[in-house]
Amino acid sequence: MTPALIPALLLGLGGMCLLLIGVLTKKDSFTFVSLAAIVLLLTAAFASLTAPDGTLFNGLLKTTLFTRYADSLVYLGAAAALLLSLDFNKRENIARFEYPILVVFAVLGMITMISANDLMSLYVGFELQSLALYITAAIARDSLRSTEAGLKYFVLGALASGLLIYGISLVYGFAGTTNFVSLATILTGAPGYGTIIGVVFVLVGLAFKISAAPFHMWTPDVYEGAPTPVTALFGTAPKAAAMALFLSVMLGPFGHLTAQWQLIIEILSAISMALGALAAIGQSNIKRLLAYSSIGHMGYALMGLAAGTQAGLQGTLIYLALYVVMSFGAFACVIAMRRAGQAVETIADLAGLAAQRPALALAFAILMWAMAGIPPLSGFFGKLYVFSAALNAGLTTLAIIGVVTSVIGAFYYLRIIKVMYFDTGAPNFDATPNSVRFVMLAGAFVTAAFVLLPGPLVSAADAAAKALMG
Amino acid sequence: MTGFPILSLITFLPLAGVLALALLQGEDAAIAARARQIALVTSLITLALGLYLWSAFDPSIAGYQFNETAPWLAGSSIAYRMGVDGISLFLILLTLFLTPIAILASASITTRVRGFFSALLLLETMTVGMFSATDFVLFYIFFEAVLLPMYLIIGVWGGERRIFAAVKFFLFTLAGSLFMLLALVWMWRNAGSTDIVTLLHTPIPPNVQIWLFIAFLASFGVKAAVWPLHTWLPDAYGEAPLPGTIMLAAVLSKMGAYGFIRFAVPMLPNAAAQAEPLMFTLGVVAVIYISLVALAQTDMKRLIAYSSVAHMGVIIIGIFTFTVEGIEGALFQMLSHGIVIAGLFVCTGVLLARGEGLTLSRLGGLAVKMPAYAALFMLFALANMGLPGTSGFIGEILVIVGALKVNFWVSLLGATGMILGAAYMLVLLRAVLFDKNTRPELANITDLKFGEYAMLLPLAALTLWLGIYPSSFTHVFDAPVSALVQAHVAALTPHTALAMVTK
Repeated sequence: MTPALIPALLLGLGGMCLLLIGVLTKKDSFTFVSLAAIVLLLTAAFASLTAPDGTLFNGLLKTTLFTRYADSLVYLGAAAALLLSLDFNKRENIARFEYPILVVFAVLGMITMISANDLMSLYVGFELQSLALYITAAIARDSLRSTEAGLKYFVLGALASGLLIYGISLVYGFAGTTNFVSLATILTGAPGYGTIIGVVFVLVGLAFKISAAPFHMWTPDVYEGAPTPVTALFGTAPKAAAMALFLSVMLGPFGHLTAQWQLIIEILSAISMALGALAAIGQSNIKRLLAYSSIGHMGYALMGLAAGTQAGLQGTLIYLALYVVMSFGAFACVIAMRRAGQAVETIADLAGLAAQRPALALAFAILMWAMAGIPPLSGFFGKLYVFSAALNAGLTTLAIIGVVTSVIGAFYYLRIIKVMYFDTGAPNFDATPNSVRFVMLAGAFVTAAFVLLPGPLVSAADAAAKALMG
Repeated sequence: MTGFPILSLITFLPLAGVLALALLQGEDAAIAARARQIALVTSLITLALGLYLWSAFDPSIAGYQFNETAPWLAGSSIAYRMGVDGISLFLILLTLFLTPIAILASASITTRVRGFFSALLLLETMTVGMFSATDFVLFYIFFEAVLLPMYLIIGVWGGERRIFAAVKFFLFTLAGSLFMLLALVWMWRNAGSTDIVTLLHTPIPPNVQIWLFIAFLASFGVKAAVWPLHTWLPDAYGEAPLPGTIMLAAVLSKMGAYGFIRFAVPMLPNAAAQAEPLMFTLGVVAVIYISLVALAQTDMKRLIAYSSVAHMGVIIIGIFTFTVEGIEGALFQMLSHGIVIAGLFVCTGVLLARGEGLTLSRLGGLAVKMPAYAALFMLFALANMGLPGTSGFIGEILVIVGALKVNFWVSLLGATGMILGAAYMLVLLRAVLFDKNTRPELANITDLKFGEYAMLLPLAALTLWLGIYPSSFTHVFDAPVSALVQAHVAALTPHTALAMVTK
């Protein structure tokens, strides 16, 4: 057995063991299964970090520094989301032991698609994570909004999968292979229309998953409808996985077709940034606002891919890692918004928070400022790297659009801070459970302290980018 | 020099104060009193370190001193670089000097006191860091980070329209800064480094310089409140609490002018020369038009705020003369304006502390009831209009001499600012100190208290020191400013540069 397979085996077998435990124990086993799932994820993360480079199953899967980097983000996001669900799910009476198991299987799907070195293994991993996630969105099965979110996510996700598999079949039909390495050697120079259409379909299918505009329609509804810890999961691990997949497909098998897809990525990036900034202004629900904000962030992350250079890839990877941390921190703050046992979700509910709960308000403010990209917080460095990659690749217009949307975006992030600090009110939030407080403070602390020690992440992203671009 | 990292210590010592504030525990009133003491002590220790820095500073060196370098962003040329030269030394000292004054002036802050002083100390760290950074990215980070504490200071502790003022201030400055970020990235690629010294010696094609200059103008122009980018300023100054106004007017407005001297002029010599007529026009318009606007104000704080914009016009004119006199005048004016405007705002705070409004028509006759206050207020007012013997005079006369070497009309129109300045300041003095006012409340008003003397007397002493013995300050400017002017001339006339090299 090769060591590179250990993380996937751990997740698969461990998930099934947990399922057995959940079914066979008579009493409520949610907490135990959740904690065990977190331990499982961390063990798998450790195993993945120590696994050597190489390929598996005759080149169906591969492990490189790039996949390890993306895997770590996925494990981190999923573990944080599970931690957030511990208390929340019990209070909302959705503490079913299946939830953490579904998350484990979704993560298995994610690491499979990140490691994919073949269009077929890509699709298998993609579907595994999607199916598991559809169910988690509807985990609050008695809630109308949650089931609606799950159904909407399923229908649009199925459409995306359809587009993806159609694109894959076209590429296979014209290129004659599904292996990434062979595709990269075949697809050079000026490909035919069939191949290009196939590439575009694949691209659109992936754009659905990272919720890049104009394929973002499901995001606000799903974010709003799903239980908040599930939204926290959607905002972190699958985003990181889908973006990593996007990068490895575009720069791997389609790496020589840059001239064909670069403009599409630029347009996706520009529209996402603009929509993320403009549509969020009118939102009064904090989860919807974060949904639009995530669309905008995907736009910035795509800017690095649009550059098509190793520096751009490094920028996107740095952006993605910082985004995952900011994102779970922000959702932890949203989960902390409970009054008299009920979750509240409008921005107006935050009024006067700074006077009552200074630590919560400060953590939220730090995360919002970081998302707005104000230095010295971590979000700024992500922007610095993608802007510099875009300018160095000659994408001046895109960089200027990015700057303008950053200013517009700053407006709605500032509004949250304004409501917390300047407005008067008495939010009277319930005491925050320790698990949520831990995730929130960890997110805010890393975001604020990143400036002191940016080196490790920057070099890791650099090494990951080198591993993918060769 | 690789000795003791005194610059980093000065920059980050206030953060230790913030930490101490965060750890305070007890009753609200006890915390408030302790917070005030901790903030004051921290800022005074920092000031003492700053004075040591001045005493150890060698004015004969044109380049940076007390340099510190540490690796920071791996795999790129961006590093943690700090240093100080004759241009930034006094701006650092100005910040260090005015922070304790602002802390003393915050008696009116009674809610969330701990948060307020944390924000103020954070502001000190960011500002000092910005003036000492010798890496462009580091500079940018400090430059932008100033927004965070300032946004909270205006928005939480400000006046009635504080929210509008805070958001306007934030978005205006952010919009400008982000364009500078693009310029920064371009120059980073061009020079392969973000070290300011390397950037200075990397030529940039003249056709690109124009675009970079526009980006810098957007950023520094907003910060320095160059007309017509100044519209955030009267709102922010008017609505901020008194200590916030002091920091904004005295220190933060200098950041923009400092940016012009540090980046726009030396790094983009061709574009700066081409922009000279534009900048002169903006400066002259600011001086004349804004002075007239100031004349029409009915509120003491807003009048002083507009006078501040007018003085920024003089500073801009001085910088863009590209003469030693003009730039030294601009630097001197930055110091002088910082101290004088702080004095004037503290004077408004004295009235607020006595429960008076700042509407001019409701004031008057204070010279009789408050003679000491009247004397000090008059000193600052006279310095603000540039009376010989006060600090304001030296700066303005140097700028006018510098402008005279370049363009007679600019010099003449700039000089009218002194006349108009005299006009509105005298109007202010008359309205506050001398006009008869029969409101009974004014009859019982008391003169200055000890705490107010502690703020006003050091400011007054410095105003006179700058005015009577300016060379203790100008001789520090000499070396870096002449180097800057020489480099500017050399960049514009390549054959001169060649001659200088062969010499």
